Amino acid sequence: MTDSSVSMGMLIDTTKCMGCRGCQVACKQWNGLKAERTTFFGGPGYQNPPALSANTFTLITFTEIEAEDGLRWIFTKRGCMHCKDPVCAAVCPVGALQKKPNGAVAYDPDKCMGCRYCMLACPWSVPSYEWQSPSPFVRKCTLCDDRQKNGKAPACVSACPTGALQFGRREELLAQARARIAQNPDRYVEHIYGEQEAGGTGVMYLAAVPFSELGFPTVAPHSMAVYADQVMKVIPWWVMGLGAFLTGVYALFSRRKKIAAGLAAEGPQAKQQGGER
Amino acid sequence: MTTYTTTRTGWTFPLTLPRVVMLLLVAAAFGTLAWRFYAGLGASTNLRDDFPWGLWIGLDILTGVALAAGGFTMAFYIEVIGRERFHQFLRPAVLTAFVGYVLVITGLLGDMGLPWRIYHPIYLWNPRSFMFEVAWCVMLYTTVLFVEFLPMPLERLGLGRLLRMVRKVMPVFIVLGIVLSTLHQSSLGSLFLLMGHRLHALWWSPILPVNFLLTAICVGFAMVVFESILSGWLLKHPLDGKLLGDLTRPLPWLLLGALAVRLGDLVVRGSLSAVTEGSLQSYSFLVEVSIGLALPALVLFSRSWRETPGRLFTIATMVVIGVVLNRVNVSMIGMFTETSSYIPAWSEWVVSVGLVALGVLAVVFISENMPVRNEHHHVAYNRPKPNNHVTRGKAARQRL
Repeated sequence: MTDSSVSMGMLIDTTKCMGCRGCQVACKQWNGLKAERTTFFGGPGYQNPPALSANTFTLITFTEIEAEDGLRWIFTKRGCMHCKDPVCAAVCPVGALQKKPNGAVAYDPDKCMGCRYCMLACPWSVPSYEWQSPSPFVRKCTLCDDRQKNGKAPACVSACPTGALQFGRREELLAQARARIAQNPDRYVEHIYGEQEAGGTGVMYLAAVPFSELGFPTVAPHSMAVYADQVMKVIPWWVMGLGAFLTGVYALFSRRKKIAAGLAAEGPQAKQQGGER
Repeated sequence: MTTYTTTRTGWTFPLTLPRVVMLLLVAAAFGTLAWRFYAGLGASTNLRDDFPWGLWIGLDILTGVALAAGGFTMAFYIEVIGRERFHQFLRPAVLTAFVGYVLVITGLLGDMGLPWRIYHPIYLWNPRSFMFEVAWCVMLYTTVLFVEFLPMPLERLGLGRLLRMVRKVMPVFIVLGIVLSTLHQSSLGSLFLLMGHRLHALWWSPILPVNFLLTAICVGFAMVVFESILSGWLLKHPLDGKLLGDLTRPLPWLLLGALAVRLGDLVVRGSLSAVTEGSLQSYSFLVEVSIGLALPALVLFSRSWRETPGRLFTIATMVVIGVVLNRVNVSMIGMFTETSSYIPAWSEWVVSVGLVALGVLAVVFISENMPVRNEHHHVAYNRPKPNNHVTRGKAARQRL
């Protein structure tokens, strides 16, 4: 379980979650996160706190769904998805966010300069900011990198009493998720959220209803970072091409100007005076 | 109106009422910024986890860079392809761009969470990041603009030897500046390429960087025209309508091109129907495209509109507003979701307005104390002047 070169992940079976929020509390405890002052029904339904924040790395969401057999409460655990090709890491100008071989998307506070691009680029808006601090950092789930190093599963997984949270090799979890859907086709929708989303994520979900009903965004089956790579590939050619073109045109027009001004006779020394600035 | 002569020694800055007001605005902005650094971004702005970029990014940075585009468009138009008769527009454009970039950096320092680490991209590299590209473009192009601006203070101070050295390397910096500008203008659009999950379909497009570059080139021309006419009116010197009209000749074509690319892209992506969805975004898009692109493009084909300063000023203002609105749409209005919208806090407005005032004051001060509108070649030139310079000098003297 602690082989740091194997990409680890988490499988969240929302049909097994009873909404006890033990994971939420364990996460706060392990990471030393402050309590938040909230109000009752301050978010959607009983969900509390209302959203992820610099002090809440993981959050149980409460969704009420009207089914044939009455009202159903569905709980999901939200937090960093630990993408295979994380767009937050792709956009960070200083490489403060990085995908570790063990699967964690890790943040280095010593590099960050606070541009907050990661927060906007993340399709799940996971990275949060210490808005109240005069020297703020980005905060988010670390996949308990520190616990993994000591052979332990993430705090949230260790706290889960129902087995809704599972920690393991991503490939093994994926196989397990597929098997569960095959064995209980009535219990699950045929969609492992995170298998394809954003090119694949370390955290994956099973659910009884379509994920859109649980507030999960529809995310393209590839990392948005591909756009960055496509554009960046062009840039060296653009620089060289435009640079050469401008130099050529500049030289041509300067020469024409010089001839027109009757200065051509002065020879090469005059060439540098291209622009009359 | 002050006239510049090489023999004058003192620096002047007459404190008229508008200038005092602007100075107060600047003071308010810096006071607010001091408070922002003490209290944190959360207490001093309306920025939140679900809206981490606001007015300072949208207006001070995205719009600030766009409105500085006169620097590279005029460098290309006047220096590179040698449209010598528009030479008088070059220095004001370079000055505006330089002051603009200094303000962009100031705004950036206010917006960044840890601004004392602004140098990090120099040695911490992530070449895959658009923000990394943006950071390098800002650093390099501000340096280039400084060099392009240098002849103005150097002529003023009569530092002939230094001036000659700067002029020798100038062509390199002009080419470099244009290349960097195209990269910087486009990369600000690229920043939003990765926000397809959030940015409204009327603006999100795989060709966002192209759209940003095209609108920047348009507003480069528009800003130069806007500023020359405005300063002509304020300083009460006669305006050469014919010259302004001729300068503006490429603009309707550029606007038409930018419009065609925008609409063509919407059609190709099948998002054109969003124009009529009746949302805040669709109205904002319609205003932006009609006021900023379509209407000015059509009107500017008319010679009489181009060559009448009053009319031209109106159209140039429309183009400027269109580009401002475009950057605001991409960074703010287009980023609204069902659950999160954003209205800037008063403090954000105070800083943004104060920075604009600082820019105006800086341009005014430099224009009044350095050779911006009228160059002084005799300071460092020891070769015969080409004819056009003589006539331009004469014309300038008559105007003054």
